[in-house]
Amino acid sequence: MSEFDDKSVDVSTERDVSADSDGDGVKADNGGLAMLLSFIIGLVAALIIGWGVFPALLYSEKEQPVQFNHDLHVNGEYMECESCHYFREDGTFAGVPTLNACIDCHEYPIGSSEAELNFVDNYMATGKEVPWRIYSKQPDCVFFSHAAHVVEAGMDCVACHGHVGTSTSLKPYEENRITGYSRDIWGKDLTGVFKKHPWDSMKMDDCARCHERETGSKGACFQCHK
Amino acid sequence: MKIDRRSFLALVGGGAVGTALTPLPIKLTDDISIWSQSFRGLPNEVPVPADGAASYHPSVCTLCPGGCGISVRKIDDRAVKVEGAAGFPVNNGGVCALGLSGLQLLYGPWRVQAPKKKENGTWKTISWSQAMTEIADKLNKLRQAGRAHAIAGIARTEAGTVPSLLKRLLTACGSNQFFAMPAVDDTFRTAAAQMRGNAAAVGFDFENSSFVLSLSAGLLDGWGAPVRMIAAHSQWRNTGAKLVQVEPRLSNTAAKADQWVAINPGTEGILVLGLAHVIVRDGLYDRAVTQNSESFDALKALLKKDYAPGAVAKATGIGEPVIEQLAKDFAMAANPVAVCGRGSGREPAPVKEVMAVLALNALVGSINRRGGVFTSSPLDYIQWEQPVLDDMATKGLKKSAIDGLHKLPEALNKANVPSIEALIVAEANPVYGSHDAGAMKAAFEQIPLVISLSAYMDETAALADYVLPLHNNLERLEDVPVSAGLKTPVVGLAQPVVKPQLDTMHPGDAILKLASEMGGSVSESFKWRDYKECLKSTFGDDWRALAKDGYIQKTLFGETMDAERLSKRIDFGPLLKSRGAMSEVPGDKNQYPLVLVGYDTMRIAAEWIGTPPFALKTVSDMVIKDDDIFVEVNPATARTLGLKTGKAATLETPAGKARVRVNLSDGIVPGVVAMAKGFGHTAYDRYIAKKGVNTNTLIGPVEDAVSGQDVAWGIRAQLKNA
Repeated sequence: MSEFDDKSVDVSTERDVSADSDGDGVKADNGGLAMLLSFIIGLVAALIIGWGVFPALLYSEKEQPVQFNHDLHVNGEYMECESCHYFREDGTFAGVPTLNACIDCHEYPIGSSEAELNFVDNYMATGKEVPWRIYSKQPDCVFFSHAAHVVEAGMDCVACHGHVGTSTSLKPYEENRITGYSRDIWGKDLTGVFKKHPWDSMKMDDCARCHERETGSKGACFQCHK
Repeated sequence: MKIDRRSFLALVGGGAVGTALTPLPIKLTDDISIWSQSFRGLPNEVPVPADGAASYHPSVCTLCPGGCGISVRKIDDRAVKVEGAAGFPVNNGGVCALGLSGLQLLYGPWRVQAPKKKENGTWKTISWSQAMTEIADKLNKLRQAGRAHAIAGIARTEAGTVPSLLKRLLTACGSNQFFAMPAVDDTFRTAAAQMRGNAAAVGFDFENSSFVLSLSAGLLDGWGAPVRMIAAHSQWRNTGAKLVQVEPRLSNTAAKADQWVAINPGTEGILVLGLAHVIVRDGLYDRAVTQNSESFDALKALLKKDYAPGAVAKATGIGEPVIEQLAKDFAMAANPVAVCGRGSGREPAPVKEVMAVLALNALVGSINRRGGVFTSSPLDYIQWEQPVLDDMATKGLKKSAIDGLHKLPEALNKANVPSIEALIVAEANPVYGSHDAGAMKAAFEQIPLVISLSAYMDETAALADYVLPLHNNLERLEDVPVSAGLKTPVVGLAQPVVKPQLDTMHPGDAILKLASEMGGSVSESFKWRDYKECLKSTFGDDWRALAKDGYIQKTLFGETMDAERLSKRIDFGPLLKSRGAMSEVPGDKNQYPLVLVGYDTMRIAAEWIGTPPFALKTVSDMVIKDDDIFVEVNPATARTLGLKTGKAATLETPAGKARVRVNLSDGIVPGVVAMAKGFGHTAYDRYIAKKGVNTNTLIGPVEDAVSGQDVAWGIRAQLKNA
């Protein structure tokens, strides 16, 4: 017999001895209850932290530098998404507009709203680009081509971005304190189970799901991660 | 209720189960993995170039003599990608791995940030004006002491306005001691001058060849203009042209060729004359050659006497039937061409070998014929007035100069009075790139004043007393004359694509500034305000075309291809008269039974620049692993020496000794050790330096009997278990 086996026998013998010496049933119950309660406290606390405290701590709310009313431009001025978010001549997507896109109308303030004055005084007048916080910005390791989706596959903006065009204000940007990216990428719903719209979250699985449905394949790593 | 150890463990257990039931673990893991891609917030945060509209800026790549047109993509002021320029005569849209990695040279940490002066062995940053004043003062003192001829200069190449400005500075000072790093073009020019009566750039019309016989030319390993050669190779696949690679090693070119003929190193010239023997013997030569040539009968006699297949087979290690067949295939092809220039074809070749190749091309009528060899007059657009010479200069110019760069160590070590007291090195790296680099380094250490004009802290700059940091190739304007085996030479225009990133200067402006600081007749010799004016006035009326198109192809210079140049006339006499053996390898055969050859690959920059880490990453683990370099040895040779794959060994040659590891390969002829060129840097930084061994420290110079140039390609060696 090996030394290891000897020890295991010793341990089991010890346990038997202690069980015998316990004797008192109430005392054992008390110990069990304390353990059960402790377990439940630990469990509940962890659930509260995991579902409530952690997400609240993980994100910091930041206001956009300029309040922008999409609805006023789209429905009020009959502009299209492409008027500002256009494809450049070389086929690349311009993304958020630069001051050049605004200067034709907003070189001088139109009206006297706080947002308008802030924009014209602090940015248009100084020539400094607005440091927009981009809700849909993917991590730097992701190469996303708008041209492939919009020009080639004919998707419209709403399909991924939702009804941004009819919003009257820009919601606060919830910045992930660790990564710096927006909460919109992972989605408000931390489980992903209750996702209703494509734009509720935009992680790799969301890309893969749509690609599988539309093209029959999730795609290869190198398509997006170069 | 008792809170004891068990309750605590239960609390922790409950916490663990609870945590597992929340998204916290997976979300935190995901966030941390995203964070670790950039290390946001830490000092080593990975910089990410800004998004934005791209702009494209044309220039010409000067990282090798190929001179490809490039188009650099920029976002805002940051260059983010180097692409090939479509329509450029050399590369038409293509770009190579080294060119692509060029941005690392622009933004890399090995750039010299500001002028530096060495004081008691340590670098001190100084201002440009202090550097110029001190250097000018020292050069003037040498001139006044009647030692003008002891001022020397080394440039990377001979051609172009920047090397010409350095040469002019030396002449104005009173020195003949201008050296350019040796180049294969010199050999071709010498051979063509002797056999065709006029110094000429030699080019190859590969695109229209139907049979390419390559004599150790690494056509797909960086030879000539590498991008052009890769494109030509693709074309051969489509047209059915045949490529036969004669080489001791299974290089990339040999692997992609239709036939690889393994040959004893250095005997390529003998094989060429063996092929000529068969062609003449069987009457397969172009009949016109009897009228076009001189000394044909003497050549016939020599071939008959010395180069019968039996003798050639013995020397080259190639079977007689292979030689017979190869000669017939070559002669019967519609547009055959034979080409030489070992590896990347940058280093000078033995002139006799080049003459033999020209003779073989002539025998099959491939001189100045579609798909063959073309000769054209060298680019000679630099026509400046003579520099102003004062008495000191006139006297100095009467003194003799060291006869070739490879003689510099010998001259400095032997002479009682140092023949060089001040040396200006412009973008060359002779301390790394010269054969017997150790001796060159020792020689440099003896020169009292070394001034290095360089963008990078290379081996030569590290040894200098002053380093004048230059604009990198993407930061400056410059003419780039390209011959590189092109059928028609081109002058490209390198243009600044980004603003200078550091406290640097254009090499042309640095020379002009130094001349102006020296004053007197030296200053008077340079009438241009700045380099840009110099360049524009050099091209005169052609400047507009150059600036507009980014290049001028030679015919635009108004030179007509006269009948003389287009003729097929050839004189075999110089080949018959040229002295020297065809296959000389220095070293004692008994002590050093093997032959060491260096080889080039397109993944490594073997010349004046260090290989950028992007390119270095693509090199196989059987070439370099960590800091160890591998040498290729045939298993048969390894067996006799008791060597095993991966094992360390000591490689010794008459010039030096190095620790290497062994890679057994059937792709190398027995008795030969092959080592990749371009490793073993000692300068630059930790990403480039101390990796492997510099072949130049193991291979000593061999002087060509005809040209006097250093034409070493290998050396005798011994390899022992370490």
